[in-house]
Amino acid sequence: MTAATITARQSFTETTARATVTAQERKIAFSFRNVTKRFGDKTVLQGVDLDVHDGQFVAVIGKSGCGKSTLLRLLAGLDKPTSGELVHADETKDQKRTRIMFQEPRLLPWARVGANVDVGLTGIAKGVEVRKKSLDILAEVGLADRSEEWPSVLSGGQRQRVALARALVGHPSILALDEPLGALDALTRIEMQQLLERIWLSKKFTAVLVTHDVAEAVALADRVVVIDSGRIALDLPIPVERPRRHASPELAFFERQILDQLYKQKTP
Amino acid sequence: MSRALQSIGRSAIGWLLPALLLVGWEIASRAGVISANVLPAPSAVGAAFWKLLLSGELLENIRISTLRALSGFAVGGAIGFGLGLANGLSALSRGLTDTTIQMIRNIPHLALIPLVILWFGIDEEAKLFLVALGVFFPIYINTLLGIQGVDPQLVEMGRIYGMSRSQLFVRVILPGALPSIFVGLRYALGIMWLTLIVAETISASSGLGYMAMQAREFLLIDVVVLSILIYALLGKLADTLARYLERLCLQWHPAFQNA
Ligand SMILES: Nc1ncnc2c1ncn2[C@@H]1O[C@H](COP(=O)(O)OP(=O)(O)O)[C@@H](O)[C@H]1O
Ligand SMILES: [Mg+2]
Repeated sequence: MTAATITARQSFTETTARATVTAQERKIAFSFRNVTKRFGDKTVLQGVDLDVHDGQFVAVIGKSGCGKSTLLRLLAGLDKPTSGELVHADETKDQKRTRIMFQEPRLLPWARVGANVDVGLTGIAKGVEVRKKSLDILAEVGLADRSEEWPSVLSGGQRQRVALARALVGHPSILALDEPLGALDALTRIEMQQLLERIWLSKKFTAVLVTHDVAEAVALADRVVVIDSGRIALDLPIPVERPRRHASPELAFFERQILDQLYKQKTP
Repeated sequence: MSRALQSIGRSAIGWLLPALLLVGWEIASRAGVISANVLPAPSAVGAAFWKLLLSGELLENIRISTLRALSGFAVGGAIGFGLGLANGLSALSRGLTDTTIQMIRNIPHLALIPLVILWFGIDEEAKLFLVALGVFFPIYINTLLGIQGVDPQLVEMGRIYGMSRSQLFVRVILPGALPSIFVGLRYALGIMWLTLIVAETISASSGLGYMAMQAREFLLIDVVVLSILIYALLGKLADTLARYLERLCLQWHPAFQNA
């Protein structure tokens, strides 16, 4: 049996296990309740209602400027809703345990890779434990031997992996990703998508991924949310088994539906 | 091995021109092309150096001048750095003091010399005051600019990861401002020597500038040239130290990585 088939089988069993758990408990990770956000007299989000289950992978899609980043910033507690509320399953713990990853890696250029990952443990761990955890998570993103390098010598994809390691090292329950792969080339991007899926399968956090790439959304997410004019225009489950194959006819079917919604064409 | 030799060769090449100039100067002096009471031969300057070194006069004057330079630098630099930090971090502090500081900045500090002599005579305070004032502005402005230029996205990142105010300062803001602070430091070191030379030449009873002025009165042109050279060397030394420190602190900076 090849290594690929082994991983394939493992993630297959994990997915089925996950599906049963979600079906039984369906514990909510967070809910937006009638959330509205205005900047001055510009309404960016209007009465958004969204319940996301624990461990779910949600992709958020919408045209540029439709309020996707605003939604994530609200989720991460970086902004407050103008009206409505955002409820976390475990208020005190989860608010802290929401991590956000941006399109730019935002690494400290003056800290080595390992020390950048340490930042993710601020207020969570101390001393030798910090370094051990950082090295462990760096190994998981495939950068075990780079912890003593400066970020400036890494490639774009590697920097984004360091940012991912930093976001995950503190075991967040929610990971918000704001177009984290948007600046990468197509091949690195597919690699990163696979890495992200693998880590999500093993760590079981709730993932909210903002992307402008419809193929990426259907390849990764359990559920795709389309935002238009400040409202949720489409909320589409993607019940496709993992591992998924890029550009398979099954995924293409869902991709079509999302594109139709985005460009307002009726599906015949 | 050959790499080490290459790097030595590369730094040696910079000394080629000064060495040639020196040799040419000596030859021209000996041939009488340059008159000895316009510019003495390098060998004459060397002899003056040796004589003053043996008498202890030279080292004593260097010591006094260096002490003045450093204490003025410490006072002006500390105040400039402190105010730069305060104004970079607090809008209230900036609103309160920045306009005033920018107004004072428009007065060339050397223009204050007559006033400073009236206030302090030719005592040490006069030199300390002038050097401190001269050093203050480049340090203040570059510290302020450095802090204002720190990437707000990094600051936001630090907040997201729960850094306290002091952690944010030590891990994000200060290192981010450091390249700019070093620019200010090196600029301030230049101003430090310049101010001291002027101040010692005009009003002092010891130090290198005083030594040069004394020599001028007795027409000892070799000592005058020697003082000028030593000023240049001290300036260069200070700059080299600052560059070394910069290289040490900014290892992460791509500009310092290929060297
Ligand atoms: N802090 C802010 N102040 C004013 N307007 C903002 C602010 N943040 C976002 N906006 C506006 O809100 C709209 C949505 O922005 P954003 O959520 O970043 O969109 P995107 O979907 O492209 O991520 C944009 O028109 C943007 O100009
Ligand atoms: Mg955005």
